[in-house]
Amino acid sequence: MNNSYITAYYYDEEELLEGIRQIKEKGVEILDVMTPFPVHGLDKAIGLRRSRLTRVAFWGGTIGALIGFLFQAWVFTQAYVINFGGKPFFAVPSFMPVTFEMAVLFSAFSMVLAFLIYFKLGPGAKPIIYDERSTDDRFLLIVKAGDADETKNIEKALSQAGAEGIKHKA
Amino acid sequence: MYVSPIREPLIRGEKNYSQVTKDILAPMAGKPSKYWYMGMTLSSAALVFGAWATFMTIYYGIGTWGLNKTVGWGWGITNFVWWVGIGHAGTFISAILLLFRQKWRTSINRSAEAMTLIAIACAGFFPLIHMGRLLLGFFIFPYPNTRELWVNFNSPLLWDVFAISTYFLVSLIFWYVGLIPDLGTVRDKAKTKIRKAIYGFLSFGWTGSVKQWSRHETVSLILAGLAAPLVLSVHTIVSFDFATSVIPGWHTTIFPPYFVSGAVFSGFAMVLTLLIVARKALNLEEYITVNHIESMNKVIILTGSIVGIAYITEFFMAWYSGVEYEQYAFLNRAFGPYAWAYWIMMTCNVVTPQLFWFKKIRTSLVATFIISIFVNIGMWFERFVIVVTSLHRDYLPSSWVMYSPSLVEVGLYVGTLGLFFTLFLLFIRVFPVIAIAEVKSVLKSSGDHKKTAHHE
Repeated sequence: MNNSYITAYYYDEEELLEGIRQIKEKGVEILDVMTPFPVHGLDKAIGLRRSRLTRVAFWGGTIGALIGFLFQAWVFTQAYVINFGGKPFFAVPSFMPVTFEMAVLFSAFSMVLAFLIYFKLGPGAKPIIYDERSTDDRFLLIVKAGDADETKNIEKALSQAGAEGIKHKA
Repeated sequence: MYVSPIREPLIRGEKNYSQVTKDILAPMAGKPSKYWYMGMTLSSAALVFGAWATFMTIYYGIGTWGLNKTVGWGWGITNFVWWVGIGHAGTFISAILLLFRQKWRTSINRSAEAMTLIAIACAGFFPLIHMGRLLLGFFIFPYPNTRELWVNFNSPLLWDVFAISTYFLVSLIFWYVGLIPDLGTVRDKAKTKIRKAIYGFLSFGWTGSVKQWSRHETVSLILAGLAAPLVLSVHTIVSFDFATSVIPGWHTTIFPPYFVSGAVFSGFAMVLTLLIVARKALNLEEYITVNHIESMNKVIILTGSIVGIAYITEFFMAWYSGVEYEQYAFLNRAFGPYAWAYWIMMTCNVVTPQLFWFKKIRTSLVATFIISIFVNIGMWFERFVIVVTSLHRDYLPSSWVMYSPSLVEVGLYVGTLGLFFTLFLLFIRVFPVIAIAEVKSVLKSSGDHKKTAHHE
């Protein structure tokens, strides 16, 4: 298995997008791109699918709302029935605030946790940092290398596409 | 993207990405300035005063406060509502302005969110200390217990528990998720090993890969969508504490929208108070420009006017309802023994913010600073007026009293101000005060000039 890769960087997001278009035409496989901020259109250029986090948020919120609502209903009709001046026990309007807050809480937390777990982000996580400047002002491109000849061609393609600082790592 | 030529740039000075990083990280590096130490000394002194007041309240009980049989809610609840209100600006800026695609939010959202979190912490302190027995504070949460009791889910005070804790937690993750990429930048820029280790820990292993960014944006957008109704719900529920009671002056349906706009109004005022000083002290005038100040002032005019209309509507409804108790409560507010508080509120909230209609005033830093302080004072008095004037003359004239706070109550309030400024001063040393990545993402479309490619 060939694990070697080539890194190169751009100074500008528009040059990066144009560069990616050019090297993709030449059939170079892009492994990853590290940018200092979200670059619009980059996810499409790389071919990322739509995020499924929205579904996590939806179902998290649904579960939260159900827990909140059913719990209140259970407390006031089963577990601890109190007569508040003859008002109904199953008082749906007054359950709404807590139901809403629970929905928001569960939705937000389930989505953020899913995000962190998916990317293995968390306190003390040790990421591979290819280039420390990629969180500052460089748009770092990581492409798959091949054998010696292919690598040369890829490096040439990269430099034709305007990339700088081309480095090959085995 | 088309940018209209008349629109002024959001970021001043000819910046490139690396310059942005450098400028924003600068306040975190090196030794703090002497102004920072002065601020820290003052706010810690206030904190010590608050600690004394807290000790007195816990050791001797609520009797050390100026409350009496008729006025059972005084400065405590006033401060609670005031702080919660201030805590509305941060999430409003980052959530609602994100949904409205207002790019100017990028320079101010980070510090406003931090301010929100600190303000909610200050707010939460008051209901807790008002319980008298602080250690039993956890009784407010529904948990299985040997008393076989559940909390009262029909009570707005319990809804408050849920609303405020949810708001705090969601604001906290919203703020922190936004902070992760910038902490990654701090980590990669760190010079010493310890700094690198600490920020490496805090940055959760952020790398800034395409997929991380793409999902990060999704998460931010949905969190904004969740936080927007949440912001509105929190002060709505706080207003239910009053509105669902049967006290004349509290029992009104206008309270939720009136409280929410009042909250945004006071929150923006506090953001302005802080940022006008901070931008100068931290040399961030090119990022937080007069344009930002002006935009915030426009929000102040809008929300201030809504609050003003609400005051007048309340008066009209009191008359129109034909309920003599309601009518008396309002006449007593405006012309009774607490009229001075009412007219301070009217002046600071309704009159002075209207000066922002003049472009000269809303683009003047000195005028904005002064008016923002006025709004802070006015909004404090609004809550004081609502709480105290509605209570101090109840249905039974023989129990009519006046209320004034004791030194302990003043101490608690000053203490939370100390806590607020202490934590904010720590925040500006520990975290980047401006969202670096977000500013970079609007730099091209809204920078001083189109960024030219930078080559070494």
